[in-house]
Amino acid sequence: MSEPRVEHPNLTFKATLMGEVELERALKRIAHEVVERNKGAERIALVGIHTRGVPIAERLSAYIAEYEGVTPPFGKLDITLYRDDLTEIALQPIVRKTEVDFDVHGMRIVLCDDVLFTGRTARAALDALIDMGRPAAIQYAVVVDRGHRELPIRADYVGKNVPTSSSEVVQVKLAEVDGVNAVELWERA
Amino acid sequence: MTGAATDPAALPRHRHLLDFAAWSAADVVALLGRADVMAQVLTRTIKKVPALQGFTIATLFFEDSTRTRLSFERAARAQSADVIGFAAGSSSLKKGESLRDTLRTVDQLQVDLYVVRHPAGGAPYQLARWTDAAIVNAGDGRRAHPTQALLDAYTMLKRFGASGGGKGAEGTGRRGAEGADPERPFAGKRLTIVGDIDHSRVARSNIELFTKLGGEVTLCGPATLVPAEFGEVPGVRVVARLEEAVEGAHAVMGLRLQQERMSAGLLPSLSEYVARYQLTEKVMRLACEGAILMHPGPLIRDVEIDSALADGPRSVIEEQVANGVPVRMAVLYTLLVGKG
Repeated sequence: MSEPRVEHPNLTFKATLMGEVELERALKRIAHEVVERNKGAERIALVGIHTRGVPIAERLSAYIAEYEGVTPPFGKLDITLYRDDLTEIALQPIVRKTEVDFDVHGMRIVLCDDVLFTGRTARAALDALIDMGRPAAIQYAVVVDRGHRELPIRADYVGKNVPTSSSEVVQVKLAEVDGVNAVELWERA
Repeated sequence: MTGAATDPAALPRHRHLLDFAAWSAADVVALLGRADVMAQVLTRTIKKVPALQGFTIATLFFEDSTRTRLSFERAARAQSADVIGFAAGSSSLKKGESLRDTLRTVDQLQVDLYVVRHPAGGAPYQLARWTDAAIVNAGDGRRAHPTQALLDAYTMLKRFGASGGGKGAEGTGRRGAEGADPERPFAGKRLTIVGDIDHSRVARSNIELFTKLGGEVTLCGPATLVPAEFGEVPGVRVVARLEEAVEGAHAVMGLRLQQERMSAGLLPSLSEYVARYQLTEKVMRLACEGAILMHPGPLIRDVEIDSALADGPRSVIEEQVANGVPVRMAVLYTLLVGKG
């Protein structure tokens, strides 16, 4: 699920899907779309899913502040305690703190993540958010939608749709976490 | 948030929590960090997460307890685990069933984790040999009460902050002084425990944990209740006079005085105990500025602790009870998730 993808010896590099400039352009476009769809920046909040959703939410919040002159609140969501596979997994997951310091009640929350894959992370995030109160709406923004959904989940804002095979791995790299900005396609050996 | 948080080995797997022999200081620090995350769950509108959905926890209390059992039940249910259990009075042991047969019977109900309290020291260790489920020791005889020591450590960390850092700790915010050892958060800190040390599993577990995390423990009480050999443990000293024991302490812990000790001839009289060992505001003035007063409960007012002191600003007795829930949530989660 939202576990960070580390570079692994049995992965081989296939292609760069988005460079730094394209990634920035996509995020700026999403920021505009968020404002357009919600008819302004009032009562919008951005919540990033740990790990890479967090800098995405932070960047979107900054872009919206730049365009609209209003800085939407932003928060960090850890969904580990909401995972649906805790009875099955072998390794202890890292449990991080959720930091949503504003009242979600009545807010239009844009949930942010790097990759939309099975939809299970989004499902867990929806439950986690709703346990904090009753938002007016929850929307979902991702950098890459790679297909292979296992749940009826879709994103409202997508940086790039990338059809993938199940042996492929999509890595969104963000400067705040990875030191570089890029979206890469890797193949599992 | 870079780097450190991506290490999947931050908290290695432990099958049981019987005492701290198998737990490194780093593991305990990581566990206390996890308790911080759990504490936050309890502040939300909906104070419950589905983390332990599908797990069954059984509380086997072969000795009476209210607060510990309630605390474990709250911790289990706040994570959506199912809880079954029995208390001493209703046990089939009363009808002559052996401990092993009781466990085997309950085991058939597909229990994933047992919370065990038993009057005999070592009972949880014995149970661990007879089941594949995880065991949490909720107090065995005078041996150990590890979750009490954990919640005491958590309370002290919250109150006076870690001397070390929070490297490896989950959550955020617990970062100590530059260059301090994260595995010794109590370095330079002094805990004084007063009362019936010899019969106290709370004292034993606190001694074990506080010294493991780098702190120093001072023990004080009537010589019949504070065996001198405790003073041979590294980081522990035994002091006869209360005033001397409290001087310079960062935390002072009173223990419940069990009346039956008097009849056993270990104490001359209640009034003599009160005169020499009762914790009062006056004696607490000898401790460090801002020193906290702790007590594992149940408290007998005006015996171990002067009533005004117990209700005063130094007292963290209620905080200890509240902190028991997130700490036990972290223990249950850590033992159940990722069994492989």
